[in-house]
Amino acid sequence: MSLTLLYVQTLNGLQLGVLLFLIAAGLTLVFGVMDFVNLAHGVQYMIGAYLAAMFTALTGNFFFGLALALPSALLFGLLLEFFIFRHLYARDHLDQVLATFGIILTLNQAVKVIWGAAPLSVPIPEIFSGSVVLMPGLLYPVWRLVIIASGLAIALLLGILVTKTRIGMLVRAGATNAPMVSALGVDIGRLFMIVFGFGAMLAGFAGAMVAPILSVEPGMGDNLLILTFVVIVIGGIGSIRGAFIAALMVGLVDTLGRSFGPSILRAFLDPAAAAQTGRALAPMLIYILMAAVLFFRPAGLFPAKK
Amino acid sequence: MIMRREILPLSIFLAFAVLPLLGNFGSDAFILSIVTRVMIFAIAAVSLDLILGYGALVSFGHAAFLGIGAYAVGILSAHGIREAAIQIPAALIVSALFALLTGAISLRTKGIYFIMITLAFGQMAYFFAVSLAAYGGDDGMTLPGRSLFFGYDIAQSERAFYFLVFACLIAVYAACRMIVTSRFGRVIRGARENPQRMEAIGFSLFAYQLTIYVIAGTLCGLAGFLLANQTQFVSPAYMTWQRSGELIVMVLLGGLGSLNGAILGAAAFLLLEEGLSHFTEYWKLYFGPFLVLVVLFARGGLMGGFKRLTGTGDGR
Amino acid sequence: MIKAKLFVTLGAVALMASSAAAQEKLKVGIVVTLSGPSAVLGQQARDGFNLAVKQLGGKLGGLDTEVIIVDDELKPDVAVNKVKGLVERDQVNFVVGPIFSNVLQAIHKPVVESNAFLISPNAGTSNFAGPQCNPNFFVTSYQNDQVHEVLGKTAQDKGYKRLFLIAPNYQAGKDSLAGVKRHYKGEVVGEIYTPLNQLDFSAELAQIAAAKPDAVFAFMPGGMGVNLVRQYRQAGLANIPFLSAFTVDESTLPAQKEAAVGFFGGANWAPDMKNPQNEAFVKAYEAAYNSVPGTYAMQAYDAALLIDSAIKSAGGKLSDKNALRAGLKKADFKSLRGNFKIGVNGYPVQDFYLVQVVQRPDGKFATSLREKVFSDYVDVYAKDCKLTN
Repeated sequence: MSLTLLYVQTLNGLQLGVLLFLIAAGLTLVFGVMDFVNLAHGVQYMIGAYLAAMFTALTGNFFFGLALALPSALLFGLLLEFFIFRHLYARDHLDQVLATFGIILTLNQAVKVIWGAAPLSVPIPEIFSGSVVLMPGLLYPVWRLVIIASGLAIALLLGILVTKTRIGMLVRAGATNAPMVSALGVDIGRLFMIVFGFGAMLAGFAGAMVAPILSVEPGMGDNLLILTFVVIVIGGIGSIRGAFIAALMVGLVDTLGRSFGPSILRAFLDPAAAAQTGRALAPMLIYILMAAVLFFRPAGLFPAKK
Repeated sequence: MIMRREILPLSIFLAFAVLPLLGNFGSDAFILSIVTRVMIFAIAAVSLDLILGYGALVSFGHAAFLGIGAYAVGILSAHGIREAAIQIPAALIVSALFALLTGAISLRTKGIYFIMITLAFGQMAYFFAVSLAAYGGDDGMTLPGRSLFFGYDIAQSERAFYFLVFACLIAVYAACRMIVTSRFGRVIRGARENPQRMEAIGFSLFAYQLTIYVIAGTLCGLAGFLLANQTQFVSPAYMTWQRSGELIVMVLLGGLGSLNGAILGAAAFLLLEEGLSHFTEYWKLYFGPFLVLVVLFARGGLMGGFKRLTGTGDGR
Repeated sequence: MIKAKLFVTLGAVALMASSAAAQEKLKVGIVVTLSGPSAVLGQQARDGFNLAVKQLGGKLGGLDTEVIIVDDELKPDVAVNKVKGLVERDQVNFVVGPIFSNVLQAIHKPVVESNAFLISPNAGTSNFAGPQCNPNFFVTSYQNDQVHEVLGKTAQDKGYKRLFLIAPNYQAGKDSLAGVKRHYKGEVVGEIYTPLNQLDFSAELAQIAAAKPDAVFAFMPGGMGVNLVRQYRQAGLANIPFLSAFTVDESTLPAQKEAAVGFFGGANWAPDMKNPQNEAFVKAYEAAYNSVPGTYAMQAYDAALLIDSAIKSAGGKLSDKNALRAGLKKADFKSLRGNFKIGVNGYPVQDFYLVQVVQRPDGKFATSLREKVFSDYVDVYAKDCKLTN
């Protein structure tokens, strides 16, 4: 197994990791601050991708499309918050699960009615198309590097926002003890709305960024939603730092496990059995990881609640 | 008061009992098969309600037991063992062992972490089934026929199979009612309301919760046995996380912690799916908002609405 | 109240059932995948079938025809349930479907053991072509392996020494790679099965780049193919010949666009096939649905014609199953692909071609016939089928 392949797969794992982080950041805050289980968060990602596809087709330019898609995704998130989610904050988790499950069904079907069942595609922006040689024999698509870079940049920005600003302080305080923050006179309703809208926009941004490499299709957020929950649970609910570390862990374990698992097993088993077991084991790896983390740390790596 | 509370379960079971007698079902066997499916999922939902509604243990991997029960039938049939007297114990024992193992680990965690760790075990079971190349892998496998009962092929008739499932549903329901009203059940409910106090007065909650988790898993394994027999087909698709989610939705839709609600929820979910999809390809466009409206306006699901209408008290 | 509600719902189900007892009216149930990422394949099949029924004036074999369409959701147990509804409640005479092999495995038994014939417009697995062939099961597409064999043969004939294989991890994927290897004798440098509905192929593409093969063979239907093809080009691998089955076709090309131009496929047909019935079909389909038809649409259209011809040959008597079966075997209709017969096992005997993606003068993307690879090709499993003519 060549070293080049290892580097490429590490980059791929990193890319999946930052993608998961963009979605997980909003989810973990919504969960941590508002104690709200939002299964419909994956749908926000799908909506972002569809909006980016639509606006890119309309304007003929991905960046104009992105510029229009982000505020639209934000607006859409706020509308959902205003009409539905707001009435669910006081309910127990299971009510929230049922309602947001209903929203998933509705919106997955709605995008099919509006945009058709056939997958849509978005061309890669001209200046970021093609591949670059990172080192001899290592060719990597530029757009994937852009995704990694923008994801890392946003992670850094979020880190600063959460640790250094007043609103960040409130969010952290809210994640640790929301009733206390409210009792201190902070308009908790407004804080919730800001956090929710911001989370929706980040998920939408993730959707828009992957639109040029993945086909945009109904239900694209469902499987990612589960991975995202895995991430926030490993990281510890309400912790941005935890979400970031867990996202990278899950991205790397999943990608590297799928490509190197069988060859590692080949050291112990005969090739046919190794291929067979590898194929069975690779998709389980992240769940094994999660079960192991929760076994030793039942509240995740960096729990926000004390 | 007690009599009034029994009206609902009695009428549900009466409806199931008289249905096959209504009219001539020679050509309309489909209704039998759809209601059979409703009852099978009702068993699964009742078993989930046992831990979800009474124990506040939200298992997001309950479909794994459905799959384990189904694979017990499939794998044994593939080796020529079609005898239910062997298949059913195998389905129940393997389900119970899986529940014991995963429950012992999962119950270390609480709340959302419990939800996610049960999901993890469910997914592991799913991917394990996918990797069973000898038993069809992703594709699953077709059964040679329904299970034999002491050598007799009695379940082959849709009507006989209907009554078999009906009997299982009554047995499971009765067992669950006995469990939740027993002292053991009161401890479980106490743990839901105030775990600290229960621990303080000297109950080892872990042991109680693990026991109820194993019971629920075992009963769901029975539903899996029946599901495999109904479709005469076994596939990893029975244990996807979406299926676990659907089971939770059935229980919530019907109303938590009343057992009756789980049956109603399973019926409402499957009949709405069947009815709506018959009229429009976009049935989820109506079903989705329906779920949201139930949450917003009918607290406690269908049972909640029922209680408000009839004035029966808290049925928990 | 709830009790009343339950009875109303059950009553509604009962009502739907009892209203389905009309006589000498043809009922066809279509069970295809209409939700999820692969929905577009099911839509093509549905549209192709509906187009044929429309062109025949709403009558197949001269009988008023009711077409009932259901979505299998790509879940086998849901499909079984829906199919039972079709054969038991709706009493359909024919079930047309499904798209995916795993669904076929689940619905085959309930249909062939009922009163209806099962006609697959796409999935054609090896087990039902060989030992488990059934007199009530017919296929208007191909045996799964055959299309893949086209590419294996092509790779062999073009002298590629090192081939890389990739397919999703389900039965059709395994049949696919077996089919390729049947005619390809060179070295297989890599063989990857990906989880069904995986959308990011970065890990696999990196392995392909590392293996440096002479050509790649891919089987990635639907949305998976869209992603694979675009990512393949983005990864700068387009200089390695891309041989594929059901990966670049008219259902995926609207999303793949330029990324797929020049890529190869194997097929029993392409929209630019020269025969009068096909030219008329393509024109009518494009006018009606504003998209280029693919093999899914073509095969479903042929399925409707096959049913039409069988009923005619049975003299319109739906109750005479033996006459219908004989009519289905005769397949006395003008297939869109010209040369078409039904073999002993109910699977087609037909020609296969290498096709290549082109951009048509009107800007739309389509596959185009390149060369005939097999003539009158009988699948390899037919010899294990014990049915007689």
